[in-house]
Amino acid sequence: MHNKSVAQLIAGLRAKHFSSVELTRCFLDRIGSLDPQLNSFISVTEDTALAAAAAADQRLADGTAAELTGVPIAHKDIFCTQGIRTSCGSRMLDNFVPPYDATLIKRFDELGAITLGKTNMDEFAMGSSNENSYYGPVRNPWNTDLVPGGSSGGSAAAVAALLAPAATGTDTGGSIRQPAAFCGITGLKPTYGRVSRLGMVAFASSLDQAGPMAHTAEDCALLLNAMAGHDPLDSTSSPEPTQDYTAQLDNKLDGLRIGLPSEYFGDGLDAATGERIDAALQQLEAQGATLVEVSLPNSQLTIPTYYVIAPAEASTNLSRFDGVRYGHRCTDPVDLHDLYTRTRGEGFGDEVKRRILVGTYALSAGYYDAYYKKAQQVRRLIQQDFMRCFEQVDVIAGPTTPGPAFSLGAKSDDPVAMYLEDVYTLAVNLAGLPGMSVPAGFVDDKPVGLQLIGQHFDEARLLNVAHQYQQVSDWHLRQPAAMTGGAA
Amino acid sequence: MAIEQDEIEKIAELARIRIGDDQIGQVTQRITEILGMVDQLQAVDTSDVEPMANPLDATQRLRADAVTEVNRREAFQAIAPAVENGLYLVPKVID
Repeated sequence: MHNKSVAQLIAGLRAKHFSSVELTRCFLDRIGSLDPQLNSFISVTEDTALAAAAAADQRLADGTAAELTGVPIAHKDIFCTQGIRTSCGSRMLDNFVPPYDATLIKRFDELGAITLGKTNMDEFAMGSSNENSYYGPVRNPWNTDLVPGGSSGGSAAAVAALLAPAATGTDTGGSIRQPAAFCGITGLKPTYGRVSRLGMVAFASSLDQAGPMAHTAEDCALLLNAMAGHDPLDSTSSPEPTQDYTAQLDNKLDGLRIGLPSEYFGDGLDAATGERIDAALQQLEAQGATLVEVSLPNSQLTIPTYYVIAPAEASTNLSRFDGVRYGHRCTDPVDLHDLYTRTRGEGFGDEVKRRILVGTYALSAGYYDAYYKKAQQVRRLIQQDFMRCFEQVDVIAGPTTPGPAFSLGAKSDDPVAMYLEDVYTLAVNLAGLPGMSVPAGFVDDKPVGLQLIGQHFDEARLLNVAHQYQQVSDWHLRQPAAMTGGAA
Repeated sequence: MAIEQDEIEKIAELARIRIGDDQIGQVTQRITEILGMVDQLQAVDTSDVEPMANPLDATQRLRADAVTEVNRREAFQAIAPAVENGLYLVPKVID
């Protein structure tokens, strides 16, 4: 059962090949036996999962099942879950049990999905290796000496290790796509505003977006169908109509124009990774696509632009953690100032503090124009680069990351080196575009990902291209040898 | 650009984050590195470029001024570190 895609699980449940309780038990057993090696879950919700699975089996028997009834999934521990601790990977929220559900959680619940647990992540989604978690690092199922990527590293590792058939993630600068690439799974960051942010702990509000992580593009489409849509309770959620994201999966690629930005294939790209990306692009060309060289001339400015805007927004968002209403509070504060400064000094980890300080600096009197306003202006130039490309091409393709997963500890002492990991993914968030990572092979037994970037609200086309590629490749079906044992 | 340790101390005070004396040196060094990287932006000509706050250039929507929330004070205060008589407790502010 654990080898099946979400689409196959839906069919198997309806055909009564297995029950939701059996399926849920299977994944819970795998988590119990294999996750001690990976640390991909912060909380496992065994009791509520089994109760929900029993209810799902009743609905399947009654003929009242919804689209995802009985299908187990895992949620990144950034989504508020009523009655279930939501830590965001931080000591600050170690004791936080939300009094409400995120809109995304509500939607999955209404469609009948079973929550297996909450996955590990970089603290407040700030990181590219999952080493910034208060709950310890996550390890890559392909090689436990390697990082799984971040910040949605727990979701990526759990799916890659077949501990959950699919998971939710969030992506502010690459946090779905980079771990998907490192763990050999498929991940989609939708257009900004496509999925509600209500109840998703805020990092950088003009960049944050939730999306699906699974083995196949088809599964990502099924999950996006559940997640996408306007939420009147999120004022940045888009009123743009949704569509059935599975409807275009089978379209042929004849006539598709794929833009290859020269800046994404330059000196910074590991040569062996580049060869895998070239091979994937040749397969797409053989399927009828035309490859067109394009340019994103402001690419070298995406890291500095992002590292002004994201920290500035984070410093504002994270000011809510004050030790008064919920979350961590220092012991025996002598006065209100001591309460704030010691609570925040203790509750936040090093990278989160760094970003709050950088953001506070960029927004402070006398520096606002030179940093924040300047970055917002360059952000527009970066978006205009993409808009010019989309006059010539339908999608843009390149590597998701400069190379495959690196070793734990290799970059954790050098923030700026860590930031370079997201050199190909940040621009997509700055421009608000949808982006995907699709398994495209291995370099020294480490997965690499092909990135696909689309026009605003063109998720269906990205999923179509990824699905067609997965009809002629099997990288997305490979499984890490160490994780295929355990409870079957 | 170089940033002095006392400036980091000022920023940390604005952000209400206590940083230990044994850490302030390293924090200053890391933030200097990050701001040095960010300084590339200063060389870009952005005259006449409209700042972008939202990638879809969306503006804030308005809704009818009607009460839609229910009062859930007990649920919200149940997760607070210290409450009494429906109030959040903090150390004494006024003598």
